[in-house]
Amino acid sequence: MLKDVTIGQYYPTGSVIHKLDPRTKILFTTAFVVMLFFLNNLWGYLATFLILATITLLSRIPVGYIIRGIKGLVLIIMLTVVLNLFMTPGTAVATLGPLTVTLEGLKVATYMALRLIFLVVGTSIMTLTTSPIDLTDGMEWCMRFIPFIRRYAHELAMMMSIALRFIPTLMEETERIMKAQKARGANFETGNIISRAKNLTPILIPLFISAFRRADELATAMEARCYRGGENRTRMKQLIFEFRDSASLVLMVMMIVGLYLTTMIQIPLVFPI
Amino acid sequence: MSVEIKNLSHTYSEGSPFEFKALKDVNITIEDGSFIGIIGHTGSGKSTLIQHLNGLLTPTSGSVLVDGKDIFDAKKAELIALRHHIGLVFQYPEHQLFEETVQKDVAFGPKNQGLSEEEIDQRVKQSIKMVGLDFDAIKDKSPFELSGGQMRRVAIAGVLAMEPSVLILDEPTAGLDPRGREEILAQIKSLHSQKKITVILVSHSMEDIGKMVEKILVMNEGEVVFFDTPNRVFTEISTLESIGLAVPEVTYLMRRLKEKYPEIREDIFTVEAAKKEILKVIRG
Repeated sequence: MLKDVTIGQYYPTGSVIHKLDPRTKILFTTAFVVMLFFLNNLWGYLATFLILATITLLSRIPVGYIIRGIKGLVLIIMLTVVLNLFMTPGTAVATLGPLTVTLEGLKVATYMALRLIFLVVGTSIMTLTTSPIDLTDGMEWCMRFIPFIRRYAHELAMMMSIALRFIPTLMEETERIMKAQKARGANFETGNIISRAKNLTPILIPLFISAFRRADELATAMEARCYRGGENRTRMKQLIFEFRDSASLVLMVMMIVGLYLTTMIQIPLVFPI
Repeated sequence: MSVEIKNLSHTYSEGSPFEFKALKDVNITIEDGSFIGIIGHTGSGKSTLIQHLNGLLTPTSGSVLVDGKDIFDAKKAELIALRHHIGLVFQYPEHQLFEETVQKDVAFGPKNQGLSEEEIDQRVKQSIKMVGLDFDAIKDKSPFELSGGQMRRVAIAGVLAMEPSVLILDEPTAGLDPRGREEILAQIKSLHSQKKITVILVSHSMEDIGKMVEKILVMNEGEVVFFDTPNRVFTEISTLESIGLAVPEVTYLMRRLKEKYPEIREDIFTVEAAKKEILKVIRG
């Protein structure tokens, strides 16, 4: 169950995409996410699909692994689709009792679903191909250019890397505690919502206690090594922008511009409006 | 209850780059009322193996038969009922405590079994006594204000209160001081002899295992290396050393003595037995 969560996980394959500078990947992903909301016709989504497919192939991450990441979102996607399908006014194409499916609804629903899927796939490719340490290093660099936040860039990045570092640990811990309580006859699989929620107490309390204990231990360990925040701190691994990073940056800018250009295409694809 | 493990294999994260074969074709039979020790290097598959015995992990292939019935053929409800009979004490069990008072925490297991109030009270009292704690002094305390050793005992009592017929303990003495270790092991030993339950003890310590168990299961990289009596296992010193294990210190001593006194026995692994043997040889 917990193992199905692929968002935020790192999947090492040593591909070209993995080797790219994290800063390039972060900038591209940000631009990509913004672009997704500008797209206004299916040509754009088609182009997005092609871009994502190429990157996925290059990254050598099994497609099944990425699709598993979408599974967790099926409910949200379904809800969006259904709501948009029936709630958008326009020309009716079919009626279902008191509900009417409009052509506009069909269009909006498709766009929303595609947008959500691409959003998740695009961002998970970034986290799948970038190790948490690279990711936070990249983030720290990017945050230096945002006013107000700039002062706390290091602290925020440190917090983020600690959080990322502890996601798998806490998941493991949860599973361990669940197993221990199951061994004592606890039942998490059946019963109604209220009894299931009640059954969580034997998991949540030990989990909180262990999280606090770990936080305490980590803080002590950091103090013991004289951690004093970002000031005067140097890095063992510097981020160095190489030729392949410049090349990929140019390519990525071209892709984003290309995506923007699709919004100007006037010839309709599938939807006649 | 007898437990039979047949061709059991388990692979973690199958199909991902983190794939790990934790168990490879394990075949053993644990007889009713026996006392088994499992020993092996870190990552040898000990913990994975014991989690199959009460159905917490599902095998990649193979089966586990409890009293002749395959537990993975059973329905979910039957599996939950099975866990009432096969008690599993995890490593660092004190991390599973959650209730406001010791009494309530120990009662969690029996409550899940659906027993009556009086029955639960009685079992809680009995199992807290069994682990060597004073019931009246401790019952209303919060488990979190106890010492590490006491917490460990309360957690073990929580499993004992379910009165399992098979008790599995995963490194019950890890991180305890020598005295706490001795006491817990002595209590496990007396539990086995008094209640005639099957006990499976996972441990790193050859000394502990050697003096307590009837049979030792030695594991390495997910495979069974030996499954035999301590006498026989401890004579395989070179094999044990090659998989990162060792025999008890006293066995090494006996081996050294044999170089001088060829008549001395070397299949000895407790200080008591060594003392007897040495005296016997000296007094001729």
